[in-house]
Amino acid sequence: MAFHVNREGDITVIDVDGQLIVGNRQELKQKVLDEVARGERKFLVDFTNTGYIDSSGLGVLVSLSKKIREQGGDLRLASLNEDLRTLFELTKLNTLFRIAETRDEGLQDF
Amino acid sequence: MERQLVFDLPNELDCIEEAVAFVMRRCAQCEVVARRLRLNFRVSLTEALANAMIYGNGSDPTKRVRVEIRIENGAIQARVTDEGQGFDPEVVPDPTLPFLPQGEGGRGLFLMRRLMDEVRYNDRGNSVTLVLRLDDDRGLQNGVSA
Repeated sequence: MAFHVNREGDITVIDVDGQLIVGNRQELKQKVLDEVARGERKFLVDFTNTGYIDSSGLGVLVSLSKKIREQGGDLRLASLNEDLRTLFELTKLNTLFRIAETRDEGLQDF
Repeated sequence: MERQLVFDLPNELDCIEEAVAFVMRRCAQCEVVARRLRLNFRVSLTEALANAMIYGNGSDPTKRVRVEIRIENGAIQARVTDEGQGFDPEVVPDPTLPFLPQGEGGRGLFLMRRLMDEVRYNDRGNSVTLVLRLDDDRGLQNGVSA
């Protein structure tokens, strides 16, 4: 599992390879907060290569979204598979996040 | 998989991903319910292990978590037991209620209850049993609508 941070113009894209769960959520949180501290404000998390997310993973996304919004930015999501969409629907977090079908759509939409 | 699989884990969060993957590999023959195993069971087992390590064992690295997986009576059953004092699952609020803050935590037990066919605790509250019926290939249809 790994989190890869890339820049697409003024958007910071984070690819989640593998799982986003209790054992690695802090790693993602720190990477994003480091980018926020550097002045980045637009974030897109791409789940194309993600296996599954647990409640801790969902929670860290909520926490980061709140912090980034407080700084005048936004954290959006892209490329959720059917399983991940189900988790966001179950927890009603699909109403909290802007979710793009694809990475390109998410980038263009920002 | 064999009809029973029992192992102990150290109280380390980094062990959860591999432990869940290990159980999933042993369940690989259950293709008819692949999605329910891949999503419902995998996420719920992760939640149960995390709850046991963090809340049950209080993140104490000297404690352990026991995992018991059984397939019987057309269902897969996972029992996760920690060494803690136990808790009352009824006091955990529903995180989707509108008056609750959209906080970072509090969704684990909710997800387990929604994803599994049955979630039950022992009287002490330090052992949770998750049950997923294997004769049900509806995916998550029972979980999404409510």
